[in-house]
Amino acid sequence: MTDQAQILPGTLDLLILRAVSLGPLHGYGILLRIGQISGNALLIEQGALYPGLYRLVRQGLLKTSWGTSENNRRAKYYELTVAGRKRLVEETEDWNRLVAAMSCALSTQPGEA
Amino acid sequence: MRLLDTSRSRLRAVLFRSRAHAEMEQELRCHIQHRADDLEHAGLSRGEAERQARVEFGGYEHFKEACHEQAGGNGFDSFARDVRYALRVLGKSPGFTLVAMFTLALAIGANAVVFSILNALVLRPVNVPHAQSLYEVQNAQGGPSESYPDYVDLRDRNRSFTGLAAYTMAPAGLDSNGTPSQVWLYQASGNYFDALGMEPYLGRFFHGSDEHGANSAPYIVLSYAYWQSHFNADRNVVGRVVRLNKFAYTILGVAPPDFRGTELFYQPAIWTPLVDEPQVEGVNDLNSRGARGIWLVGHLKPGVTPAEAAADLNSIAAQLAREHPVDDADLRFALTRPGLVGDLLGSPVRAFVSGLMLLSMLILLAACANLGSLFAARAADRAREIALRLALGSTRRRILRQLLTEAVLVSLGGCVLGIAGAVALLRIISAWQPVPDIPINVPVNPDYRTYVAALVLALFSGVIFGMVPARQVLKADPYQGMKSGSLAGSKSRRITVRDVLLALQIALCAVLVTASLVAVRGMIRSLHSSFGFVPQNAMQVNTDIDMGGYHGDQVPALQRRMLDAVKAIPGVTAAGYADRVPLNLGWSDNTVFKDSATDYRVSNAAADAMEYNVSPGYLGAAETALIAGRDFTWNDGKNAPRVAVVNQEFARKLFGGNAIGKHFKIWGGVRVLVIGVVEDGKYKTLSEDPQPAMFLSILQSPSSETFLIVRSNRGTQEIAGALDRTLRDLDTGLPFAISTWSRELNTALFAARAASMALGVLGALGAMLATTGIFGMAAFSVSKRLRELGIRIALGAKRSEVLAAALGRVVRLLALGSVAGLLLGLAATRVLSFLVYQATPRDPVVLLGVVFSMILLGLAAAWVPAQRALAADPLILLKEE
Repeated sequence: MTDQAQILPGTLDLLILRAVSLGPLHGYGILLRIGQISGNALLIEQGALYPGLYRLVRQGLLKTSWGTSENNRRAKYYELTVAGRKRLVEETEDWNRLVAAMSCALSTQPGEA
Repeated sequence: MRLLDTSRSRLRAVLFRSRAHAEMEQELRCHIQHRADDLEHAGLSRGEAERQARVEFGGYEHFKEACHEQAGGNGFDSFARDVRYALRVLGKSPGFTLVAMFTLALAIGANAVVFSILNALVLRPVNVPHAQSLYEVQNAQGGPSESYPDYVDLRDRNRSFTGLAAYTMAPAGLDSNGTPSQVWLYQASGNYFDALGMEPYLGRFFHGSDEHGANSAPYIVLSYAYWQSHFNADRNVVGRVVRLNKFAYTILGVAPPDFRGTELFYQPAIWTPLVDEPQVEGVNDLNSRGARGIWLVGHLKPGVTPAEAAADLNSIAAQLAREHPVDDADLRFALTRPGLVGDLLGSPVRAFVSGLMLLSMLILLAACANLGSLFAARAADRAREIALRLALGSTRRRILRQLLTEAVLVSLGGCVLGIAGAVALLRIISAWQPVPDIPINVPVNPDYRTYVAALVLALFSGVIFGMVPARQVLKADPYQGMKSGSLAGSKSRRITVRDVLLALQIALCAVLVTASLVAVRGMIRSLHSSFGFVPQNAMQVNTDIDMGGYHGDQVPALQRRMLDAVKAIPGVTAAGYADRVPLNLGWSDNTVFKDSATDYRVSNAAADAMEYNVSPGYLGAAETALIAGRDFTWNDGKNAPRVAVVNQEFARKLFGGNAIGKHFKIWGGVRVLVIGVVEDGKYKTLSEDPQPAMFLSILQSPSSETFLIVRSNRGTQEIAGALDRTLRDLDTGLPFAISTWSRELNTALFAARAASMALGVLGALGAMLATTGIFGMAAFSVSKRLRELGIRIALGAKRSEVLAAALGRVVRLLALGSVAGLLLGLAATRVLSFLVYQATPRDPVVLLGVVFSMILLGLAAAWVPAQRALAADPLILLKEE
């Protein structure tokens, strides 16, 4: 837990979209997937995932279906909608631009500007 | 509290069965299970794993709620959550909840009662099919009374009514099992039931085709209630022959259960055809066009407006005036809603009940102001909680909605309590029969309209007082709130919403207190005013001698024998009889003309005088003071010149002063000699202006209707027993009613009493609300400034200074509100003058009374908070911080 960073507000949605883009997942699976793809570097309180999921479903970015999990439990699976996939692309681009700008700004040495 | 708990779990069970909710629950559980599975794999025991998984998950309820919110929480679901939370919050302060609910219950209850009365008397029509097209005919001069020949002409000539029915009320002696008893009945025209569109419950009704002249239709229709109570609901009663005033009558059928005739106040036992009037009443007015005593009612034809129908009737009136210039000159008709004796009762009743409704709405408004300030104070007390929720990201809208939900829940609770109380009270009022021996009452049982009205008022007021703290919440600064525990960022010197509410509430209550004091004062005064007779220590025996089968000359002979027998009872000091007495339900007035008059049309009359036919000795027995001249003697009989005793108002109006020895004319030219003058009195109602009255010799105008007035120096029970024995000895078959005159006067006092009682109750409610309002405000103001007061005390402030600091504002508001309310109240009491004797608000006793009551209320309400302020201990208070 020690090295984990608090995620920035607003980034959880993007993480969820990204996690689900690789295939349908249930809630716990999404959490594991985020851990996996972020190298366990991000701290997400487990329950906090769900309000985000419900928000994305309401926005029409995710769709849900009930299925059986690998542990043989009935679980609710999430996958991207067309709109969700489009949003993921847009947001990823936005994010990359932001990161580029931020790192550029932060790496600029005094005097360089 | 148990009640709240059960209702809470019920609510939960009903509201949370939604599928979405179950799915969400399942999903979150599934998450925890999956996590536990992983932890189990990592080596934990299952129990430990599950516990750990729950901990890691975080605030389960919190996230669930957040999910609901994010899912767009379908309105109903989030409403259910608000309700659940509100119930929890309210349950935590049961004292506040109960006080608030009780306050509202009083206000809602008062409104439900008054609304039911309004509903019964004004909104709900007479219970006949198509009641909206039913109209009562009345004279343009006011009063619904017409004569039978005029009725027949109107019935046959009009083109506006599908059928015009006539009816009048009377008592008669009904003998179905050997002992006659007095019943009150409707004499109705043959077409009565057909014109109204009624169907019998049992057997048949009488019809227009049953009438063939006087006494031609010896039929009776029973009311459902009388059939139940006196015939044991025996279905074989149809066709039975009973004796009515000793004549044989056949029972035709039974009226439907919910039909009480065409006047709201009067519940008849039976209906008889109007053509039987000679047998039922002992007089025959069927052919006299001038004898106006029957009331007309009918359904308008489809498409005919009341104005067109009135014009139609008035064109018939013009024909009648040409055909019968003496009796029918100046005849003009108007239509009005049926049920309240035309506009005679209708106008004042409608005005008064509407006024009462207005006052009870004021009560509700005062209660809303009261609760509004309670909720505002509570919101201020909950400042820290609200600030915390704001800081944690709750929206202001959400918090407002929460507060509103609490308010509406309180108002609904109050509504249920209030309606329960109202229903209990209305049952009593409905069963109340204010006039002994006469079936007069008003069924005011609540119907769906009452419940709907109460519910609407409750929701409405819940929203009103729930919105009061809105500004506070919207302007709240969470940072300040966390620090100081108060939502108000600014200094509290300015006038706040709470101040305005308190002043408003006190003003409203002062209005109510003023109104009720005016009414009570008027009532007391009317009881002590001069009636023109002395009801104390006098007995009244009421009978109609033709119920015993006496006719013509037998009637005065029996009356004389009754009088002589009664006078012989030991202890009786005076006795006399009359055909009617003042301040009784029925009255008769007649136009009188100057001696010089030759034109006997109504427009030429000198006065309209109350008419009483009395025996020698009646004036003495009634203790009506004879101011000049003499009383009647037994010589003022049939063959002697017609004589009259008149009151002062009559003497003044006709003769401009001394009346003795002068003549006037009545009944189209009969000369009458004035032999005496008596004091003025009250004749129809206690609130009337002085009006002319004449007393004629009953020997010269006989009547079988008999009111025997007996004055004695013995106890009521004793003399009543003696009277009963004496009269039974004379004729065992004659029904009569004995009571004290004071008791009979209840009739005349009924309206004023009911009005005073209603206003008194409303005034008390208002006073109660004002007290709790002032108390709440004072207590709040003291508790907010307790620390400051403590410091003042520590610095050596005098008690008076501490009090001024703590309660000065409340006292100023009290004074301001009281003055405003008093002025408004004075304006409002004009409405009361309809019913309350000399209802003048410009009465020093009333003014002082209002001021005194408000001061007393203020003192009582501020007492406890003041004590608390004085007892403020600086040491303890400083330590608390």
